[in-house]
Amino acid sequence: MSFINYAAREINCKIVYYGPGLCGKTTNLQYVYAKTNPDLKGKMISLATETERTLFFDFLPLALGEIRGFKTRFHLYTVPGQVFYDASRKLILKGVDGAVFVADSQPAREEANIESLENLQTNLVEHGLELSDLPWVMQYNKRDMPDAMPVEEMRKLLNPTGVPDFAACATSGEGVFETLKGVAKGVLSNLRKMGI
Amino acid sequence: MFESPFAMREKAFAAIQVIIDELVVETGARGILVIDRVGQLLSRTEKMEEFDTTSLASLAAGCVAATGGLARLLGEKDFPSHFHQGESGSLYINRVDERGILIVFFDRDSSLGLVRLRARKGSAALAHVFKESQKENEAKSSPEHSAFANITDEEIDNLFSD
Ligand SMILES: Nc1nc2c(ncn2[C@@H]2O[C@H](COP(=O)(O)OP(=O)(O)OP(=O)(O)O)[C@@H](O)[C@H]2O)c(=O)[nH]1
Ligand SMILES: [Mg+2]
Repeated sequence: MSFINYAAREINCKIVYYGPGLCGKTTNLQYVYAKTNPDLKGKMISLATETERTLFFDFLPLALGEIRGFKTRFHLYTVPGQVFYDASRKLILKGVDGAVFVADSQPAREEANIESLENLQTNLVEHGLELSDLPWVMQYNKRDMPDAMPVEEMRKLLNPTGVPDFAACATSGEGVFETLKGVAKGVLSNLRKMGI
Repeated sequence: MFESPFAMREKAFAAIQVIIDELVVETGARGILVIDRVGQLLSRTEKMEEFDTTSLASLAAGCVAATGGLARLLGEKDFPSHFHQGESGSLYINRVDERGILIVFFDRDSSLGLVRLRARKGSAALAHVFKESQKENEAKSSPEHSAFANITDEEIDNLFSD
């Protein structure tokens, strides 16, 4: 649920990075954080376990620029991918304006990708949303892995409706900003559609 | 259905500021924040400016969400208020309505009892402002009032033109 502040002329939107455990959601945010001008970002907060697995969420506030005199701000969140943190994932989807599904390109994670995407759909329903209502994009991450599945194959499996998709390597940063721009565009277009 | 955005105009902000500025005096608290359930900061009293209020807002909303989740698992509708006690500073968090959250940061100059009492009154006043604000937005949701209804693809692209 975006928040429009007419007094400060600001619009705030919430973007959630979703995907199976260890697919690289936190790494995406870390890269965005590392490469963003300090004036445009706030602190990155990571609620993580001692082994750096996300426990509740990561949070990164970003400012993108102005549109029609309104400052656009995006709050990026990641969910914890481990299966047993489902209750937390559900909570983080509250008020989501756009999502990035980060898929892991390793063949061994094929099932985990599918399960996590289905889990996203199930959890959105709890918030009264369908995945098809939500602006979202697909990221095929870990393209640098020698055994990475062909993008075509992943697309067929995970993106049959053809939402914008991006090949990425979050550790080197390839595709990370393209993905973020893709989802931000989707969110802004959706605001336009809603006549905000 | 997609949840419609939460919009607030000058009048509502001014009303919220008056409420929390009064509340901070009445309670002797160090500071007060009002945030929405998604973790966006709506308003703060002056002394909160020294803290990272963006992060505070996001974490407090996470905290309220987690507490609400606990409540539902235990068959309660919600735990509408909670309290975190520190050695010198403490935090009292109160759900205002389905959209807003009131956060009071206080120390030994105040007390939980006083904060709780006044926060209840303050929350009711805030809930009223939110309701009025929503009414106003519904009245203004025609195309001539909308900021984004006719933005172009080019304008969206320009946001990313670096
Ligand atoms: N080779 C390679 N490793 C990656 C890539 N992206 C992330 N990783 C690594 O994968 C591991 C897990 O990354 P995280 O970003 O913590 O994964 P996550 O999705 O946040 O995991 P959870 O918090 O458990 O849900 C880390 O060791 C990363 O360095 C990538 O594109 N290529
Ligand atoms: Mg993580």
